[in-house]
Amino acid sequence: MNAALKPTIPESTLDPEQLALLARLTSGLSPAALYWIAAYSAGQAARLQAPLPAAAPAAAAGERLSIVYGSQTGNARRVAEQLAARAEAAGLPVRLLRAGAYPVRELAQERHLVVVISSQGDGDPPDDAIGFFEFITGKRAPRLPQTKFAVLGLGDSSYPKYCAVSRVLDARLAELGATRFAELGEADVDFEQVSTRWAEHAVETAREALGASAAPAHAVAALHAVGAVPLARSHTREKPFPAAVLENQRIVSRGSERDVRHIELSLEGSGLRYEVGDALGVWPENSPRLVEQWLTELKLDGGAEIEHDGRRLPLSRWLGHERELTRLTRSLVVAQAEAGGHGELTRLLQPAHKEDFAALLASHQPIDLLRRFPARWEPAQLVATLRPMTPRLYSIASSPLLVGPDEVHLTVAVVEYTAHGSAHEGAASAFLAAAGDEARVPVFIEPNERFRLPADGSRDVIMIGPGTGVAPFRAFVQQRQATAASGRNWLFFGNRHFQHDFLYQLEWQQALASGALSRLELAFSRDASHKTYVQHRLREHGRELYGWLREGAHLYVCGDSAHMARDVHEALLDIAARHGGLSAEDAAGWLAELMQQGRYARDVY
Amino acid sequence: MSSFETLKQQSRYLRGGIAAGLADPVTGAISEDDGKLIKFHGTYQQDDRDLRDERRRQKLEPAYSFMVRARLAGGVMTPAQWLAFDAIASDYASSGLRITTRQTFQWHGVIKRNLKPTIAAIDAAMASTIAACGDINRNVVCNVNPVESAAHELAYGWAVRLSEHLKPKTRAYHEIWLDGEKLVGEEEHEPLYGPTYLPRKFKIGLAIPPLNDADVLAQDLGLIAIIERGELLGFNVAIGGGMGASHGDPATYPRLADVIGFVRPEQLLALAEAVISVQRDWGDRHERKHARLKYTIDTRGLDVFKAEVENRLGHALEPARAFRFEHNGDRYGWVQGHAGRWHLTLQVEAGRLLDRPGQAWLSGMRELARVHTGDIRLTCNQNLVIANVADADRAAIDAIVGRHGLDGYRRHSAIRQHAIACVALPTCGLAMAESERYLPTFLSKLEASLEGHGLLDAPILLRLSGCPNGCSRPYLGEIALVGRAPGRYDLRLGADFSGQRLNQLYRENVDEAAILAALDPLFARYAAGRGEGEGFGDFLLRDGVIAPPPRRIAATVTA
Repeated sequence: MNAALKPTIPESTLDPEQLALLARLTSGLSPAALYWIAAYSAGQAARLQAPLPAAAPAAAAGERLSIVYGSQTGNARRVAEQLAARAEAAGLPVRLLRAGAYPVRELAQERHLVVVISSQGDGDPPDDAIGFFEFITGKRAPRLPQTKFAVLGLGDSSYPKYCAVSRVLDARLAELGATRFAELGEADVDFEQVSTRWAEHAVETAREALGASAAPAHAVAALHAVGAVPLARSHTREKPFPAAVLENQRIVSRGSERDVRHIELSLEGSGLRYEVGDALGVWPENSPRLVEQWLTELKLDGGAEIEHDGRRLPLSRWLGHERELTRLTRSLVVAQAEAGGHGELTRLLQPAHKEDFAALLASHQPIDLLRRFPARWEPAQLVATLRPMTPRLYSIASSPLLVGPDEVHLTVAVVEYTAHGSAHEGAASAFLAAAGDEARVPVFIEPNERFRLPADGSRDVIMIGPGTGVAPFRAFVQQRQATAASGRNWLFFGNRHFQHDFLYQLEWQQALASGALSRLELAFSRDASHKTYVQHRLREHGRELYGWLREGAHLYVCGDSAHMARDVHEALLDIAARHGGLSAEDAAGWLAELMQQGRYARDVY
Repeated sequence: MSSFETLKQQSRYLRGGIAAGLADPVTGAISEDDGKLIKFHGTYQQDDRDLRDERRRQKLEPAYSFMVRARLAGGVMTPAQWLAFDAIASDYASSGLRITTRQTFQWHGVIKRNLKPTIAAIDAAMASTIAACGDINRNVVCNVNPVESAAHELAYGWAVRLSEHLKPKTRAYHEIWLDGEKLVGEEEHEPLYGPTYLPRKFKIGLAIPPLNDADVLAQDLGLIAIIERGELLGFNVAIGGGMGASHGDPATYPRLADVIGFVRPEQLLALAEAVISVQRDWGDRHERKHARLKYTIDTRGLDVFKAEVENRLGHALEPARAFRFEHNGDRYGWVQGHAGRWHLTLQVEAGRLLDRPGQAWLSGMRELARVHTGDIRLTCNQNLVIANVADADRAAIDAIVGRHGLDGYRRHSAIRQHAIACVALPTCGLAMAESERYLPTFLSKLEASLEGHGLLDAPILLRLSGCPNGCSRPYLGEIALVGRAPGRYDLRLGADFSGQRLNQLYRENVDEAAILAALDPLFARYAAGRGEGEGFGDFLLRDGVIAPPPRRIAATVTA
């Protein structure tokens, strides 16, 4: 091709795998065929009602605001999207990118960079952002004297390494010579107020710097060019769909120590569509019993009308529907310590007692704190202090191709335990477990683009999902069956007892018999004197597993992030070392590469 | 040939896919075919039928488990074996120890991964489970006769010899359960059974008149010991007994054995082999419902069958000797045997040894086995005998028995002491109605009715069965309930008190109210009109309530 005719094309929004597929598709095609594909794609885009990609010139690197997000549960993504919308509304040219798709070689050209990133578990970046994080913190990171940056971290203050990732990034960017245009922001689990204020400030500052050179007209298109979800949705996180309960079935035996529910919800009439790998957001209600306990404990009247944030509701409504009552936060501890004059609590809040404080958060629900450290509360103050209710995300356990697009299935571990002498429950799981025929569950779809089956159905798939982590793999196996995918499917499942906790046992047996599932490895931890977990099974089958991965298999992990995902990762490193002869460093690199390619994906919580 | 025959043929002497099935972690079951073969190893696959539907909705497979049955010839064990069996019950089983109507133990609720350790533990206790079920000679039963204890020792010795002699020879059992070496290249032989074993199960029992607690005429091969002045002369031979029948299938029926002659002790093993080999060759291998020896005999003719047995033996059988049975129940309490030793028979309702409030039977027997120096015997009526106790030790045994509520025999009504029930629901796959679990309720209601007629002391044989297959030998009950559907039974009446006359259908497919309503007026008539020592079944016949049976077995055979 004549170099002079080479057109300028905008930044690709495709991920490496999609680019590779595209390259394979287009290689060797005639110009006519290529133009046809272009026309076809344009038609598709129009059908999706997505505006055409913006012309390149407006988004020259130096003049735009780059917003990069690293998100595990979707919160950081949502904050980044809101930030982008706000910046765009302020007339700034914006490009919004997930960290996994960020072309790191462009970092040095950034003039205004915002990073919104969450910290997982013990201070780890989200899976999708590992490469981005390692590049910036690594030796190959460029000097950034021209770059102005701002970092917003999302985290959970009940973990000792709260917001560790954003702190490290913030410090490192400064170390690389970049200049902060906004102070490091840190948002706890109740992130929304903090993130909104921070975004206002960041956009204001950025506008001052960029405003002169930017024209609002360009910006609108620029955002959508890279926006993740162009579809207008009838129901959203803020406007959930009240789903009818089609089935609410316990799927562990009467002898099980825990309750697990298979819940089928109707999406009929919602306009909601989902893909396997997505999560369903559920807005819970606190149980009336718990609300009653709060009112009794605080000697407050549930009928009292309380005004807050421009709304006037009875206190019992605030507590039942609008406020988190089951998750203890730092802010509540602070307020409780002050209101009750509890020296012991105040002491725990000091940095020197970080570990003890984390232990307090982990072992107490708010009601326990109220009982143990009593204090008088004004109802309005209480409503203002408690964090707003947040939705819970459940990995979807069904394929719309198999169960129909109007049904969505969940696998819900019911959180219930006794502590401090009284019964406790998890807000959403108790809400779902109690949902009968008449109930309506407010739901929305939370897409998870990083947790998708391979587009190529002939690829093998390895799924590691102990406990309710098996949920998305039920969807995967259904989907592979419905699409007659030719690749093999290998599931690793574990739980406590074979007899009691073998989730979806009959379905797996049928899938094995029909060939929809090629292999099933099981680890029941409480059935023998020595505890066996999925990572033990991985090691036992390490040679074959490594072989599958070498041949292009995609590997997925879903479930507990604190222990399981880490142990599985360790096992995979060992397997690469043992069966691939890789050094520890190369094994880590190999896994990072698989992750980068989307062939090692995790949905952990 | 029935498909089961093909399965046996291809099983490589009872191996099949059992070993692989045991190792499959995805299911607590084994394949249907292996489920048939595994019976030869002394275990049945079952599931908790109470939970079936609930677990299906929970997307879980049925709660599969295995019933494991010991091979315990004559029901005799040492206290050390008792303790070993008791430990197996607590380590691997779900509902204690169960005494069967064939004088052995069953353990229920053994889950698949515990099956091998369970069988290995039974082996370690110097016992076995081999051929406790399956189309083969099963546990040889023998009456416990504590009165004629010297004669019992003789007869029991032959029961053990028969059991050993008729065991299968395949090494599959050792390979699968005991980590025995696998046969490589060697040919296996089953000199008696051949590669397809028998067409159907085969049962042998020994009785020592005047007691018929082994219900010897309900056996395929019944042996009646003839003892004169303490010397065992030999055995009368009875063939073709069997209890099983199917509802609505007149081609199936319970049948009492025919006495065909007499053999001397040294001829006994050859006789048993001859009877088994004729059944092996002549039995119906197309229709399993028609495959028991009783049908072979009725199809071919008793004389023809007997002639073939004599032909294979190479000599004619001597004529049967005279004998007389008095009853087929157990004699509770202490009796003195020979050599000054004492024997205590205890009643175990439905044979279930389990700790329940006020009835710490399993614990009590554990304590007893730790101090007892004699042996322990199980009876065909699901009871047990603490045998060979020195006079001086009786008080200590009584104290343990009393402390754990094992002395029910002192207090119970006579009908309660003469009741037998099979296991049925929830574990037995054949059960159509409750049996063991229903027995206590039903007995209380019967007792109320009997008490109204002053009959609490009348010994009446009561037998409950959850299906028509006859594990509790229901066709020999003076009163019998045979399950038809949940809460519904056939009421059968009119057997005698000594296991020599079958009962007859009196009310078909009725519920409890109808059963009680039918029995109460009969109790009234019995109370008013019974003769001295006349049993309930005999009375019903004399009174005309029950017609004379179509086929009669003399109470006494006189040579």
